[in-house]
Amino acid sequence: MKLTSEAERRAFELGCAVGLGFTQPLGQMRPGSAGRILVVSGGDRDIERGLLEMGFVEGARIEVLHRGWLNRDPLAVRINQTMTVALRRCEANAVLVGPLLERDTGPVAPLGEPLVS
Amino acid sequence: MTAATLATNGLKPACIALVGPPNSGKTTLFNTLTGGRQKTANYPGVTVERKSGFLKTPGGHAVEVLDLPGSYSLRARSPDEAITRDVVLGRQQRETLPDAIVCVTDATNLNQHLRLLLELRPLGRPLILALNMMDIAQRRGCRIDTEALSRELGIPVVTTVAMRKSGVRELLDRIDALLKHPAGDGATALDDWQEPSPDAIRAYHHEVGRVLRQAVVEEGAPARVTRQLDRVLLHPIAGPLALLALLFLMFQAVFSWAEAPMDWIDGSVSGLQQWLAAHLPESLLKSLLVDGIIAGVGGVVVFLPQILILFFFILLLEDSGYMTRAAFLMDRLMSAAGLNGRAFIPLLSSFACAVPGVMATRAIAHPLDRLVTILIAPLMTCSARLPVYVLLIAAFVPNTAIWGGVGLQGLVMFGLYAAGIVGALAVAAVLRLTLLKGGRQPLLMELPSYKWPNAANVLLGLWERTKIFLRRIGTIILSLMVILWFLSTFPAPPAGAAEPAIYYSFAGLIGRGLEPLLAPIGFNWQIAIALVPGLAAREVAVAALGTVYALSGDEGAVAGSLAATLAQDWTLATALSLLAWYVFAPQCLATLAAVRRETNSWRWAAFMFAYLMALAYLAALITYRVALALGAG
Repeated sequence: MKLTSEAERRAFELGCAVGLGFTQPLGQMRPGSAGRILVVSGGDRDIERGLLEMGFVEGARIEVLHRGWLNRDPLAVRINQTMTVALRRCEANAVLVGPLLERDTGPVAPLGEPLVS
Repeated sequence: MTAATLATNGLKPACIALVGPPNSGKTTLFNTLTGGRQKTANYPGVTVERKSGFLKTPGGHAVEVLDLPGSYSLRARSPDEAITRDVVLGRQQRETLPDAIVCVTDATNLNQHLRLLLELRPLGRPLILALNMMDIAQRRGCRIDTEALSRELGIPVVTTVAMRKSGVRELLDRIDALLKHPAGDGATALDDWQEPSPDAIRAYHHEVGRVLRQAVVEEGAPARVTRQLDRVLLHPIAGPLALLALLFLMFQAVFSWAEAPMDWIDGSVSGLQQWLAAHLPESLLKSLLVDGIIAGVGGVVVFLPQILILFFFILLLEDSGYMTRAAFLMDRLMSAAGLNGRAFIPLLSSFACAVPGVMATRAIAHPLDRLVTILIAPLMTCSARLPVYVLLIAAFVPNTAIWGGVGLQGLVMFGLYAAGIVGALAVAAVLRLTLLKGGRQPLLMELPSYKWPNAANVLLGLWERTKIFLRRIGTIILSLMVILWFLSTFPAPPAGAAEPAIYYSFAGLIGRGLEPLLAPIGFNWQIAIALVPGLAAREVAVAALGTVYALSGDEGAVAGSLAATLAQDWTLATALSLLAWYVFAPQCLATLAAVRRETNSWRWAAFMFAYLMALAYLAALITYRVALALGAG
């Protein structure tokens, strides 16, 4: 994605680009920002499976709640309003997050199908 | 004939396995179902605890309930989870295939927990879904149509509130119904089982979504209290401070609350010793009983109150859900040393005693992470080092206040604790860079909602720990004590001997043999001899020093006058060197035995012994030489 302005570059740096309609890896998002998971793929099959088993699945709504006090690591992420999971930013970067959609209000939306290929 | 039909004939209890993700309230349900009728054993070949209990259903079936380790998926990531998989698939040695599986799920988190049920369903085994924590779900305004859920899933669904007995009646009725119509063995489905691929997991998610759209009438609000608490407890500044305050409170409790029961145990032990000494005729048997067994075992039993208090706190923190927050806060710090945040819990236990600490590493999924944690656990200052620290500090460190009421003695004590922690992190980092490279496990950990700890859970957990500790004392420690008594009693001193009896014994022989080796670090032959019986348990060294300096009387008097004797006999450099030695030295055979058991190899136990010994020698050497150079000779 080509960045068009200084403000947008800043949004990515601050970890709130998803709120402006861009996509961003979960590991770069800051507490308070929410979005919907577009793709889960770590390259590593085991990490991908681990993430999927903890509920990080395409279509799930996520919200970053907290960051660790040292080096802003790890993250505490709420998935679909029901479960909170702690993970390191390094693994979180295997999750690509996009903006919330109007129709996606509840957690019971179709899950498991990549929204972006 | 299947086990279930056997059970109906009253021959063998049917086996029901409880399977569920962590934090689904599975263990609480298990405790409610079986009450005190539980037994804990180990699965053969591995060190995972097998928890089972017995009950009689309203329909008259005798049932053995098996509490399997919590797991999010049948794809096992840790030794614990592998047991769950193998039992469910009937692959576990000496374990019959369960007659039915109860899948326990948190009703407030069906979104994530239902997937395990979908993994279990294709196995074709009799299955019941227990929607646990239904009360919490209802309080949050969540409404679930259990009939629709049962219809969509094709299996019976019951709602339970694990903490109340009334909530499990329906579950027992369902179990009765399943046992009346025993299923076939379903062998093909079990044999064909394969780890789900990423896309299979996606398909499960998809199916969970479909089922829940049919069955969930009302969503319910998220856990508000948990979010508000986390806002403070996971805050970048307030969070670590709260953790620090909690740890401080914990250690304060371990040392101050335990004082009275420890004095009581100590008093009883020495009372028993004196009574036996007065009433038994002079003989070898008396010496074995009084000086060997009672003195040795008593010296270890005395730590039971401290261990129980520490475990009380740990169980409380685990049951309330805070422990995972502590792991969250510590993860970055620990990962700098190549460890996982989860290693924090076993290391915390090791401050009471490394043995339960080493056992607690089972929850760490990755074998390398687990091994590193086991290897550094003995560096945490366990309570057995305290008597030695207290004796030497009292003898050599002046009781002066430096600033703000902080005493020099307390500061030295703190320094010894800190040296252990820093040493442990450094060793972990070195091991991770050299011998145990690679394979870092990602941290993927659920932060469950906070809840009030369940009294029955905590008490049952404490009772378990007590049993394990006492069993260990009755077996390993007892036999070690007998061996050490033998070494320090035989051969008997010659007539008219000038030195204490231990000087002429095998222990004395070994100690004097070691003396040239220990001279460079400032240890005299008395210390060398005391170190030999001190191998069994660190604190025994205090009693041994008392014997060597030919003092007698009860332990308190020995420690008191011993301090004065040592202050005269030793240089400050020697004392500091011995303290440095004690920070690192592997002087606890019980820990080595635990490491051998948990790693299933003598090689790692031997490696641990060797590296700790080398570290202790090096630390003592540096301390001694620096102290001499500074004029403390």
